Amino acid sequence: MFGYLIKRFIQMIFVLWIVSVLVFVMMSFTGDPTYMMVPLDATDEQIEQARRILGLDQSHLVQYWRFLTNLLQGDFGRSFVFRQPALQLIMERLPATLEIVFLAMIMALVVAIPLGVYAGAYPQRAGSRALMAGSLVGISLPGFWLGMVLIFIFAVKLQMFPSSGRGPTEVIWGMRLSFLSWEGFRHLILPAVTLSIGTLAILMRIIRAEMMEVLRQDYIKFARAKGAANRFVLFKHGLKNALIPLITVFGLMLGDLIAFATLTETIFAWPGIGKLLVDSIYRGDRPVIVVYLMFVAFLFVVVNFLVDVAYALIDPRIKVT
Amino acid sequence: MTAQTDAPLLRVCGLKTWFHTFGGVVKAVDGVSFDLSPGEILGIVGESGGGKSMVGFSIMGLIDKPGRIEAGEIIFDGRNLVSLDDNAMQAVRGRQIAMIFQDPMTALNPLYTIGNQLEEMLTLHTDLGPQARRERCIEMLAEVGIPQPEARLGAYPHQFSGGMRQRVVIAIAMIAGPRLLIADEPTTALDVTIQAQLLRLMKAQVEQRRTALIMITHDLAAVSQMADRIVVLYCGRVVEIGASAALIAGPRHPYTRGLLDSIPANHQGRSRLPQIPGTVPDIRKLPPGCSFAPRCPRAAERCRSEIPELTAAPAGGAFACHFPLEAAP
Amino acid sequence: MATNMPAAPSALRRFMASELAHNWLRSASAIAGSIIILGFVVMVTAGPYLTAQNPYDVRQLDIMEAFKPPMWLEGGTGQYILGTDQQGRDVWASIVYGSRISLFIGLAAMLGSALIGATLGLVAGFYGGRLDTVIMRIADIQLSFPSVLIALVLMSAFGTGVDKVLIALVSVGWVVYARTVRGATLREKSREYVQAARVSGLPNHKIILKHVLPNVLTPLIVIATIQVGTFILIEASLSFLGVGVPITQPSLGLLIKNGFDVLFSGLWWISVFPGLFIMLVVFGINLLGDFLRDELNPRLK
Repeated sequence: MFGYLIKRFIQMIFVLWIVSVLVFVMMSFTGDPTYMMVPLDATDEQIEQARRILGLDQSHLVQYWRFLTNLLQGDFGRSFVFRQPALQLIMERLPATLEIVFLAMIMALVVAIPLGVYAGAYPQRAGSRALMAGSLVGISLPGFWLGMVLIFIFAVKLQMFPSSGRGPTEVIWGMRLSFLSWEGFRHLILPAVTLSIGTLAILMRIIRAEMMEVLRQDYIKFARAKGAANRFVLFKHGLKNALIPLITVFGLMLGDLIAFATLTETIFAWPGIGKLLVDSIYRGDRPVIVVYLMFVAFLFVVVNFLVDVAYALIDPRIKVT
Repeated sequence: MTAQTDAPLLRVCGLKTWFHTFGGVVKAVDGVSFDLSPGEILGIVGESGGGKSMVGFSIMGLIDKPGRIEAGEIIFDGRNLVSLDDNAMQAVRGRQIAMIFQDPMTALNPLYTIGNQLEEMLTLHTDLGPQARRERCIEMLAEVGIPQPEARLGAYPHQFSGGMRQRVVIAIAMIAGPRLLIADEPTTALDVTIQAQLLRLMKAQVEQRRTALIMITHDLAAVSQMADRIVVLYCGRVVEIGASAALIAGPRHPYTRGLLDSIPANHQGRSRLPQIPGTVPDIRKLPPGCSFAPRCPRAAERCRSEIPELTAAPAGGAFACHFPLEAAP
Repeated sequence: MATNMPAAPSALRRFMASELAHNWLRSASAIAGSIIILGFVVMVTAGPYLTAQNPYDVRQLDIMEAFKPPMWLEGGTGQYILGTDQQGRDVWASIVYGSRISLFIGLAAMLGSALIGATLGLVAGFYGGRLDTVIMRIADIQLSFPSVLIALVLMSAFGTGVDKVLIALVSVGWVVYARTVRGATLREKSREYVQAARVSGLPNHKIILKHVLPNVLTPLIVIATIQVGTFILIEASLSFLGVGVPITQPSLGLLIKNGFDVLFSGLWWISVFPGLFIMLVVFGINLLGDFLRDELNPRLK
């Protein structure tokens, strides 16, 4: 187990290093950030000076080395726009994103598991067919558009929920969170529903497919031959086997949710890291984009690692070496 | 025929189990009849694809769509299982009739310990308390020859070899004390050396409890040493039925003869093992007459047009052939 | 060379002529999907003949006609079935022209991804070694990031433009082909007849064309079908965020963005209808893709 952890840790470092190279190369494409730093009426001399300060007059290799060593020292640069450390910006906005991401994930799981199990256990029933068609619609619609439709119906027309913004927050462990007050929670609902639909639809289809696969196995028939009731067989012998593969898609699910949070947060003016990224792209705020990417990469790598470990712990067949 | 004093435990009568697929109706079991006394061992023999597994699943009431029992009766202990609803059937499965599957690698749920899966049987069918259940499980594992049974209760299926797993499956099948055990190719997936051990174990288990046993297999040699009587199936129909010894010594149906000839031990010294020519036909497109006619050395015009009826032989047993082989002297 | 072609493509053609077509006619969802797709193809090819207005010809626009609701609502007219937007542009006409761009991007990006991905997969699988390692490492790392996010960041570096959207989509789309093709190539490479062909001195490109490609064609068809839908959705997301197509070439996604600004004033039709059309076309593609996957993947049968 220990050797496995070491191996995975080295892999993680390697992936992060590759990401840092890719991010650096990509950022070199975005053009010269000097113009973001200097006044519009700057003289050539001033621009030249700014370039020297930014280190842009040196070779790409030297620039990358500086970029990397700064990263390793925890120095991710300062936002051109906010004039404060970019990492701090991300950290301030992270709780808002995590809040809608986790709520969306919980909603998706709570709805998708029973529906997926039902559709997989009784694939021929009309209800299952309707669920499958519905989930296909869920996969086919643009999530941001659904958010707009929800805003129009529930905020503009029915005025049941606020249309945008975060509402009141309370501070817990240094994080500003919305879900603790009813008013704050009301602000959370529409964004979280919007975000969850795509994941919900995909999850349901995965669970259905897994369930159908599991129910074909011999041990299901053997359990029935033991004289167990169908429902008992379904839940004891079917469900657990069908849900284990879900652990492996957890990382992908989280990734998708964080990615689509950029759109959801933009529509609902939700002050999370997704909206920060989109705003920074508009403003050409390069350090913030870099930190966002490195941070998200770090998050994914860690989550994927945890997923693998969890999988090994839960499935008795898998031995980590 | 010997007079049967006690009523048969199981009487299968005109059983037809058909599968309605897009390609046509598959008559996997097409009019099969036999009976079984308490404690008797019956072998059901045939080539793969001959519908013999479906006989077992029909008795268990585990035929899945698109399959259906079209006709026939399965009288077990005076009750017709075909007419029972699912709840009533659940009380029969496992408790009255247990089943052993072909592949021990897939019959056990990989995510539960064998202790759990063994105990499940007792939870389902007995009123024993947790402690008593545990003790019974340990006892049963010891009985089927699992070393250190107490320690092995907490082990998962993947930690056992194939032979050991099949012992666990036998333990699960026997633990609730069924009156009939159906073993569907119980040793086919295992090494030859282990096959004999497991067959002995099964025979010992059923004899000890006077459990009736239906051995479904393609291996006529193995079953002839165990079974009291043998049913030979071909394309979903019974072609011959009789007491083991008599059937082996003097088969009346050419198909039984063919099966016997392809057993290696019967042909020591010959250079080449004879085989039945041809293959089992597509069961959806059976010939109009005797299903075996296209492969049969004795087939005549009549065989190709008229399905032979199962007729009783004077010496006991029955066969379905227009031109049977000579009875053994 | 024509006589030298393998049996596989003709077998495939025969297969298409029989069972697949037969099942296709029996599957309600496959027919529905095909009709939807066919409808869109007709719509984008017949384009200008279906609309009274060219929404990009400023001379045809009349600001006095702005904010007209759909025809069945009060104030709507038969001239603008789905209403008009801020500039008096016919929403239906915008959708017809926007669908062209959305569909074009989806199809072109799919073709590009398939071509590049399959080539890299073939090369990686066939030659192995360091090249294989490098290509597959990149693919692995890329797969652990959501496609939308990668495309978004790439577009932020490139700036808007149809060509840039295509590059961004191909950059995220090639991986799935590369992996599939590489796997199949490795499998085929170890087969005896391929070994024999190599020993007998058949050039590599011929081995690839003759033995490897026909075997991966079916999974690629399934992947490609579904990918067109995925790409249409990603493009819409990018354009909605303002980093996709330029305003001179508005796709369906950009139309939604335009309508978003006025949604709060109750002018829902400007953004809702383009979204409905995206949903419809992607739904049609997914229906067909699902059908193909079930039919062409024997494992699931």
